Amino acid sequence: MIDHILTLLIFFPALAAMLGFVVAKDSMRAYGIAVAAIEFALSLWLWYAYDPMVSGMQFMESTPIVAAFGINYLLGVDGISLFIIILATFFTLIGIASLTETRRIKDLIITLLFLEMTMVGVFAALDAIVFYVFWELSLVPMLYIIGAWGGPLRIYASIKFFLYTFTGSLIMLVGMLFMAYFYYQATGMWSFSILEWYRLILPENFQLWLFAAFFFGFAIKVPMFPFHTWLPYAHGQAPTIGSVILAAILLKMGTYAFVRFSLPLFPDASVFFMIPIAIIAIIMIIYTAMVAYAQEDIKQVVAYSSVSHMGVIILGTFALNVEGVSGSVFLMLAHGVVSGALFLLVGVIYDRRHTKMMSEFGGLASVMPRYATIFGIMMMASVGLPLTINFVGEFLSLLGFYKQSHVLTLTAGVAIIVGAIYMLTAYKKAFFGPVTNEENKNLSDINKTEMVGLIPLVIVAIWLGVYPKPVLGPINNSVESVIQLMHDKAQSAEAKERIPDLSGKNGTISMQEAH
Amino acid sequence: MLEPINVSLASLNIATLAPMLIAVLGALVILTIDLAKGGLHKSLYVMISLLFLLLDLGSLIGFADVFLKNGTVIGFFNVMLMDGIAILAQIIIVVGSMLFIPLALTSKRFHEYDYPEYFALFLFMIAGFQFMVASDNLILIFVGLETASLALYTLIALHNRHKSFEAAVKYFTLGALAAGLYAFGSMILYAISGSVEINQIATVLAEDHYSNIGYVLLGMAFMLSAFGFKLSIVPFHMWAPDVYEGSSAALAGYMSIVPKIAGFVVAMRLFEFLVHSGVVWLQVILYIVVVVTMTASNIWALVQTDVKRMLAYSSISHAGFVMAAILIGTTQANSGLFLYWALFSFTNLGSFAMLWVNRQKNLLPGQSSDHPYEKFSGMIKTMPMGAVMMALFMLSLAGIPPFALFWGKLYMIGAAVSSGYTVLALIMALNSAIAAYFYLKLIVFMFMKEPIPAYQNSYFMNASLSLKTTIGLAAVVTIFAIFAVNPLLEVITLFVYNSGY
Repeated sequence: MIDHILTLLIFFPALAAMLGFVVAKDSMRAYGIAVAAIEFALSLWLWYAYDPMVSGMQFMESTPIVAAFGINYLLGVDGISLFIIILATFFTLIGIASLTETRRIKDLIITLLFLEMTMVGVFAALDAIVFYVFWELSLVPMLYIIGAWGGPLRIYASIKFFLYTFTGSLIMLVGMLFMAYFYYQATGMWSFSILEWYRLILPENFQLWLFAAFFFGFAIKVPMFPFHTWLPYAHGQAPTIGSVILAAILLKMGTYAFVRFSLPLFPDASVFFMIPIAIIAIIMIIYTAMVAYAQEDIKQVVAYSSVSHMGVIILGTFALNVEGVSGSVFLMLAHGVVSGALFLLVGVIYDRRHTKMMSEFGGLASVMPRYATIFGIMMMASVGLPLTINFVGEFLSLLGFYKQSHVLTLTAGVAIIVGAIYMLTAYKKAFFGPVTNEENKNLSDINKTEMVGLIPLVIVAIWLGVYPKPVLGPINNSVESVIQLMHDKAQSAEAKERIPDLSGKNGTISMQEAH
Repeated sequence: MLEPINVSLASLNIATLAPMLIAVLGALVILTIDLAKGGLHKSLYVMISLLFLLLDLGSLIGFADVFLKNGTVIGFFNVMLMDGIAILAQIIIVVGSMLFIPLALTSKRFHEYDYPEYFALFLFMIAGFQFMVASDNLILIFVGLETASLALYTLIALHNRHKSFEAAVKYFTLGALAAGLYAFGSMILYAISGSVEINQIATVLAEDHYSNIGYVLLGMAFMLSAFGFKLSIVPFHMWAPDVYEGSSAALAGYMSIVPKIAGFVVAMRLFEFLVHSGVVWLQVILYIVVVVTMTASNIWALVQTDVKRMLAYSSISHAGFVMAAILIGTTQANSGLFLYWALFSFTNLGSFAMLWVNRQKNLLPGQSSDHPYEKFSGMIKTMPMGAVMMALFMLSLAGIPPFALFWGKLYMIGAAVSSGYTVLALIMALNSAIAAYFYLKLIVFMFMKEPIPAYQNSYFMNASLSLKTTIGLAAVVTIFAIFAVNPLLEVITLFVYNSGY
């Protein structure tokens, strides 16, 4: 069974969703929690069975789908994808467990389970077409969640979300077909296997074009400036559960794909585009932080801060060294935990007041002390306070990029610190001072259902902030092999120099621990 | 004194006519039954048509077997040509027809199905299309084309609505124009080559190194316009939305599939040898035609308010997409054309059948057309299964993986990429993104809006077991296409490659 655990992880939620049509409406929540819990347990088993000393792919499965065109059902996980899969199952569980939605809950849970299938599928796929299938398929449940349970502008937001990502990924599909064609020219066989593609060394100008084609698909998904405009709408209109899954998992697909596709496939192009992308990333950090500062809606503040942090992830990824890439992969997890938690927290207050305007709040700390505490912890994590999960990732990402460019890293670092202002201001406006609004005086503090969702997130955010090694170790191991591959494949002198050669060092290089 | 010519029966190879003759025979049987006893129920005629189509399919599979063993079969004074693409196209034609004919068994009574002639004409039409694809003789192609078209005009008009007559007359007028253009085109080709057989024409033209290139291009211009009408290629498409709107939804779905595959095969025979011999003008024209057809019809589809008209424009766009195969002209592209069309026929017929089951007898006050988007508003709440089916077909048409059409698109774009048409590949991909909008629009109406009570009675008004079965079959093929792609692709590539395309 352990040989096929990835197939099981992918299709178990889908199968459960089908059976879910039979379950009665009022029992649906329990069913959803049960399924998500089993799925989460399976993903923990995957972690348990995973050998952290091996840097390559594990639990690989392969079955031909379209043999004539080289499409295989090829799965596998390494340190990079393992934890994102666990994050996906974890958030589906938390999302369903803390669900407060009452409208058509059965449809919602079935949709969430289908979404879980596509999320796990994206991160487990090692064949470009299988990856693409899950990547595109994930749009459909999200479209439905935003469009059916969202706010007043939900239809506009959901269609914008769908069309943006769909357009980007179609350009990426053309890029994938080109890769397969180059592979065909080189070997006489069609193949969409990413591992096979890793063996191709392409001329630099091809790399540049293909990098651009893939970049469209990934950058829109992340979303990188200037393709980010769909995200505030999607977050603003989506129900809490939609925002949580979107911020925690779906956005990670883009950054993950950079590490999985762009870096190892196009090392020379990655070096070529490193500085421009770093500049875009810094613009993302600063610009969205400024926009966040101007928001009146607390959910928009969280949404823009989420985009801002995605900029740090991109920066770390394009550091193209072990520290940077490991840091960015870790930050993907951290960002998932923290922004997911923040969206849940915004959902808590929205359920009580049915408004997200900050001007409506004020002095909540005295009415809802527990809520204020958890919000405070998560907000500190979000701004990257040491001993919280975000700090490890941000520190490593910046450290990695510092080796490439001092000036840009310093700019980014300052931007992150300045960026803390808007979070703190928002927190101050909502939680401190006297209770000015009559309606806020009798708000109840968070209840058990909400606790169930939030407490594990607080624990994770602090535990991995203090002791990141169990997660960072395997990530580091796999990232090293990616970087080594990039160094070996790089052709231009600049790329050889920028991407470190690790073959001289034996074993794992010493990680710069956060503490 | 003329020498007597001995024609041995064996050399005629009458068997090459068998598939068409089965269809003709079926039509005659239906007419005979009606002569003997009138007023029989439509279910009888549907089943008889289905039986003869099955026999037809059986004979085609027999030919497929012969083709794999002995290669192309030529017969009947060398006018019949049973090569791989002829067999593939006929299989698509017959299977498409078999999916279509059970849609006649609606629970409501419709005028046209009371006439046995409807079913006889239907089978004559299939024979016509089969003649058209199984020949490279310009005259026989013409005869097949006209037989099929005349039958089709009548089938549209038999729907007996004001709009159906309009549609039939419109289609007839433009069809007649197309026939004239075709006749002119073949005349010019005959004049410069002295032959009406396409491969003869190709040989003659190649031998004198295209010295008459001006006339060749003139002839091709006529031919391109003629097939432009038949394949509803922009700018010869303007009949299509009106005709689709006027005919019954089932027939509109049928028209978007079967006549077009017949047209594609003839276009493939006619244009590809020119594309391959480097006639730049034709390449440029085809390039423009493909891009404009895809893009313009997608943009028109964006602004439609009626689902049927939207689907009409969408099928024009799909036809443009597939025309790219004729421009690219590699084995991969031509195989892609058949793969795409085989998958498209299930998905598209499924979506038109969904409109057909929701067909109202009378329009509500204020309702402008048969299937406005509002009609499907909030369908997920009142008719969840129907909404899910419809959404499935829309997602497949939009090219969302892993549903049927995605694989066709993937293979077609792959063919464009591997023959160096990079820009074309990008345009094809981006057009799928434009198209996603109007397919999504229907999904938005079904899943995200509130139901409008007045329309609810019309959902599944027409449904009967056989309609539901057809839709179910189309849905199953659409979902599980992923498993069918590999075997299909292998067979198709083998047939296309062995026919020299």
